[in-house]
Amino acid sequence: MITALLVMTGIALVLGAVLGFASIKFKVEGDPLVEKIDAILPQTQCGQCGFPGCRPYATAIADGEAEINQCPPGGEEGIRKLADLLGREFKPLSEEHGVEKPKSVAVIDEATCIGCTLCIQACPVDAIVGAAKQLHTIVAAECTGCELCLAPCPVDCITMEAITETVDTWKWRYPVVEIKAA
Amino acid sequence: MLRKLFKFHGGVKPQTNKTQSTTAAIAAVPLPDRLVIPLHQAVGGHPRPLVQPGEHVLKGQRIGGADGNLSSAVHASTSGIVRDVAQAVMPHTSGLTTLSVIIEPDGEDRWCELEKVNYRSTPPDELRDFLRDAGVVGLGGAVFPSYAKLKPGKEGKLKTLVINGAECEPFITCDDMLMRERASDMLKGIVAMRYMLQAEEVLIGIEDNKPEAVASVQAAIRASGETGIEAVAIPTRYPAGGAKQLIRVLTGIEVPHGRRSTDFGVQCFNVGTAFSIFEALEHGRPLISRLVTVAGNVTAPRNYDVLIGTPMDHLVRLAGPRPDTDRYIMGGPMMGVRMPGFDVPVVKATNCVLVGSPALFPAPPPEMPCIRCGECAKACPADLAPFEMYWFSRSKNFGKAQEYHLFDCIECGCCSFVCPSHIPLVDYFRFSKSEIWSREREKESSDGARDRFEFKNFRQEREKQEKAEKLAAKAAATREKVATEGAATPAAADGEAAPKPKPSATDAKRALIEAAMEKARQQKAQVAPKNTDHLAPDVEADIAAIDARRNAAPARAADTPDA
Amino acid sequence: MNNSPFVRKAASVQSVMLQVLLALVPAIAAYVWFFGAGILVQLAIASAAALAGEAAMLAIRGKPKALFLTDLSAVVTAWLIALTFPPIAPWWLTVTGTLLAVVVVKQLYGGLGQNPFNPAMAAFCLMIVAYPALMSQWPAAGQLDFKTQLDLIFGGLRQVDAITGATPLDALRTALRSAASPDSQLHGLRTNQLMDGPAFGLLGGKGSEWIALGYLVGGLWLIRQRIITWHIPAAFCGALFASALLLWGMRPDAFASPLFHLASGGAMLGAFFILTDPVSGATTPRGKLLFAAGAAIFTYVIRSFGAFPDGVAFATLLMNILVPLIDMKTQAPVFGHKKD
Ligand code: SF4
Ligand code: SF4
Ligand code: SF4
Ligand code: SF4
Repeated sequence: MITALLVMTGIALVLGAVLGFASIKFKVEGDPLVEKIDAILPQTQCGQCGFPGCRPYATAIADGEAEINQCPPGGEEGIRKLADLLGREFKPLSEEHGVEKPKSVAVIDEATCIGCTLCIQACPVDAIVGAAKQLHTIVAAECTGCELCLAPCPVDCITMEAITETVDTWKWRYPVVEIKAA
Repeated sequence: MLRKLFKFHGGVKPQTNKTQSTTAAIAAVPLPDRLVIPLHQAVGGHPRPLVQPGEHVLKGQRIGGADGNLSSAVHASTSGIVRDVAQAVMPHTSGLTTLSVIIEPDGEDRWCELEKVNYRSTPPDELRDFLRDAGVVGLGGAVFPSYAKLKPGKEGKLKTLVINGAECEPFITCDDMLMRERASDMLKGIVAMRYMLQAEEVLIGIEDNKPEAVASVQAAIRASGETGIEAVAIPTRYPAGGAKQLIRVLTGIEVPHGRRSTDFGVQCFNVGTAFSIFEALEHGRPLISRLVTVAGNVTAPRNYDVLIGTPMDHLVRLAGPRPDTDRYIMGGPMMGVRMPGFDVPVVKATNCVLVGSPALFPAPPPEMPCIRCGECAKACPADLAPFEMYWFSRSKNFGKAQEYHLFDCIECGCCSFVCPSHIPLVDYFRFSKSEIWSREREKESSDGARDRFEFKNFRQEREKQEKAEKLAAKAAATREKVATEGAATPAAADGEAAPKPKPSATDAKRALIEAAMEKARQQKAQVAPKNTDHLAPDVEADIAAIDARRNAAPARAADTPDA
Repeated sequence: MNNSPFVRKAASVQSVMLQVLLALVPAIAAYVWFFGAGILVQLAIASAAALAGEAAMLAIRGKPKALFLTDLSAVVTAWLIALTFPPIAPWWLTVTGTLLAVVVVKQLYGGLGQNPFNPAMAAFCLMIVAYPALMSQWPAAGQLDFKTQLDLIFGGLRQVDAITGATPLDALRTALRSAASPDSQLHGLRTNQLMDGPAFGLLGGKGSEWIALGYLVGGLWLIRQRIITWHIPAAFCGALFASALLLWGMRPDAFASPLFHLASGGAMLGAFFILTDPVSGATTPRGKLLFAAGAAIFTYVIRSFGAFPDGVAFATLLMNILVPLIDMKTQAPVFGHKKD
């Protein structure tokens, strides 16, 4: 019996050592927290979270000054990722900060644009090109859909258009072959 | 002499169903009422349209120009009138539309003027441009622009040119029939490619379930008197016709994912591609038709020479579809894609229109949990562990799925084919891949947005600082002047254009804006905004108030001296 | 509607499990021949308990019953339990063991395909710890008639000590141990002399060696049917033989011979039917070799130095723990990334 116990203990020790070694060896080194949070935020820079951009919000989260559910463009998935990263409880998107919308881009109606440059100043990511008194255009690929240029435009010629799926952005759906109770 | 062949791991042996469609010779297809030619048919950029609705085009006329550094031209497949250049449903599972040229044939089928080239006297770059503008792309199904592959590697020459006549997918026989009926023309195309690639040897791999094709190609080689070209019968095992697997079987070389095969001294083309290169070089004919197998749930499976843009139902009608037909599949049963409708056009990628029915291709039994039996790993020709990738794809742990080499998966379907739990493994991999791609796109754009946001902040900071510095310097200068000159003379103050108080600058700007707004308002009034009709009285009152304010604006603008 | 591939091989979990059951038939036949039909009763009890437990759990978990009951995986677990438990174990022991295996080890971990431990072996270990006496009483071949067996199973008769002994493995180990002590009457006898008794046959226990042969035959058939690969059986037998050879070679009087180890206890069952359980076992070819070799060494150590009659069950569970690590570290290089 004693031998058996000894053998079992020995085996347990060896196994423990192997597993422990593995967990040390495969541990990943992390970058600072703010970077990690900022990497999850969608970088729309819309300010709906109540901070002037994603990074300030990331800093606020890291400092524990903001909740994780204030970013509408990031949506539920974003909140989930933040919750995972920070080990916090998942919360639904806070309503006072806005609602999740399909991603869209701003489009300037070029017939009405008066070239006042106000939208350029509002755009947080320099996605609008044009000079004073000239037609302004939005570089669709760079527009984050933050809607910040809508309000300043004096002639209301900017509208948001939902991005439509193309063959290049089309995605295969998650295979749902749910087994139904027979 | 028997050549030493190599084996690839895994593979499966589905029922081939090939004999049914090889009994009759290749047939022509009567002109349809309408051809729908998508402009984007090949890997790479979207070609831009070169024709307008109403224009008359001739057969072989370019209607879509290559765009970007990887793209391939598109041509009118017959003569007729361009009815429209519009979005049309493309032959793709998504059912999405793409810009297409819709041609109504005039029945004359008249060629435009064709230009031939002598590949031996043309510089390689020009030759490649010629093939790009002839729209020659890989006809095995990958539709990669051929000109881009016709570049020898760094050394300027190649060891082996592999020609893919394996055709491992069940039901499909278009390459088989091409080799039986058009071997000598195809061989001329191969000789041209060999010249362009400076390849030492040419190996034509053909699965050994096509003895007629092997014999026909061998006869053509003998007749041509070419040396260093060999038709090799390889064991029949799906997916022996995958480019990587075929290269492995014939040469023993494994080309890893993401590497160019020319780096390993090999390049691989489909037999159909060889034939269309012959057509382009010898006759100047661009790629406007291809061989298509019609098989499956039809009474007379057969191969047809089909104009690109022919609606699939027009083609299938010739083979006699059975009444229980419920779908068309483009390609074979292993890798084919389900079509969103019956009238989608035949494109350059269409090697087969497989007519499906619930009886022929029944829905898979219910998906059970994975029992880790490893069947899928045994069958995987890419030596992957599909069940591990499945596990992580299912839980959307994409990073882990990639660690198990998700992107080395060629989506051959062997794993789904053998899985005793009937798991649609490939669907999970397709899902994961497109999800990862979309995330990468998102990440790229959000990284870009972050950079631009940070740059903008930096710029604004800098501008503010510069302005402050300028102001400070000016103020200092003025103070100095005042101090040295004692009393200020009015002239000096004027000429110096002392810093104007900021509000006035903004006023001036606002005036400008408002003047422009007035113009805009008039413009808008001309186009009669729709949203101002039939409004509730209070909204109309609001509008009136705003208008009144706007009308007052010019007056205020006139008041300001700077205006 | 589904996507490609549109054709599939005619394979199912059910057919895999059915073939495993079929492969057990030769061994069961040998069992009945040497030890009587009691085992058939045990198989029936275990199967019924497994199906009932599985059905109840599926109902609770809201899973389709028809689909999962007919996959036969519960029956395979039940048969393995019946074959590893003593043939005269009382019915409630078999039922408890089976329910433990199916309900706790399999269903509570997520059902088919999700259990990290081999259900049959986990049940065996739990029961042998809880009821060491009942789990160690084995009749000798031909010792009990069917009637007595039935009485024992259904609880009438319980003077077990008189009629049953230990397994040959246990018996030989006890004999070897007492042979080592100077005041035993067996002192000084060598292994082959110790194996001269009525409980022993040519290589292992009388009768049980034929059952082992039955497992071997069924297992080879499974390999031929491509249900299992050669890796696990080969590595297990090889490693068990090698470790036994090592110590037996040094002290043939104190240790059993390699062939005895292979032919006794659960060695063959383990090699072909238990360790090859795909769900809880290693999956890569190299991983399978490591996994099975490790199990063989643990089996040998527990058999030779431990207190339990056989080591296969404990060894299996120990290696089950290591499977994720083994699988991760033994991923084969993929196409194009191999070093020649
Ligand atoms: S709400 Fe807008 S600014 Fe705030 S984190 Fe989200 S995207 Fe960035
Ligand atoms: S704010 Fe409006 S009017 Fe002014 S430049 Fe931008 S789009 Fe044109
Ligand atoms: S074949 Fe199916 S059940 Fe078997 S390991 Fe692969 S995915 Fe799992
Ligand atoms: S589809 Fe991918 S994972 Fe499945 S067998 Fe083919 S290459 Fe392997």
